[in-house]
Amino acid sequence: MSEQLTNRLAIIAAHGTLDAAYPPLILATAAIAMDMEAAIFFTFYGLNIIKKNQADHLQVAPIANPAMPMPVPNIIGVLPGMTAVATGMMNDWMKKANVARLSELLDMAIEGGVRLIACQMTMDVMGIKKEELIDGVEIGGAATYLNYACDHAIALSF
Amino acid sequence: MSIAADQTLDCSGLACPMPILKTKKAIDGLQVGQVLKMIATDPGSISDMDAWTKKTGHQLVATEQENNKFVFYVKKMK
Repeated sequence: MSEQLTNRLAIIAAHGTLDAAYPPLILATAAIAMDMEAAIFFTFYGLNIIKKNQADHLQVAPIANPAMPMPVPNIIGVLPGMTAVATGMMNDWMKKANVARLSELLDMAIEGGVRLIACQMTMDVMGIKKEELIDGVEIGGAATYLNYACDHAIALSF
Repeated sequence: MSIAADQTLDCSGLACPMPILKTKKAIDGLQVGQVLKMIATDPGSISDMDAWTKKTGHQLVATEQENNKFVFYVKKMK
């Protein structure tokens, strides 16, 4: 089952919260470990994941987030500082569960040859310059993603 | 069961996807026919190692469970 197909994984990462950043990086690195190839197309807030020194500073907001293990009522969630509190708690849970940091996963993705594609259009929308992104990122658009994905890729969006 | 391993990799305490990432790296460093002993505590690694060996074509020679540890013997096939 191994060598007949060129298996590839084409991921869209559109969100830049702490929790949303994990699945694309976990799946892309796992794909490399399984002798697949992978690309992540970072668009909209997902671009925050690949900003220089940003991966370990992503946050999670308790507001309108009833799925948190310790749900915070929205009336409390709007208070100043609650996002920092929720982020600290989630980082603690991650650490206790010995989950790799996002920067580590990002390093492993790069080392393993995952293509990191930053969406030009949303960079323009959000005023993000190429210099603000980590090294090794390529810039592209929808066609870049689709051209990669159309070659029998598993395509996922987060 | 005791199986001779050429290398041991301890992934105790590590969460998904680290055990398979480290297993992949360790297997890359072995010669064909050599056996890697990988120890993990993540219960998900039972399913993941089965899937990983099926996908990569390496052979899961044996799996053992000792207390809360899972021990996998993987033979490099290519």
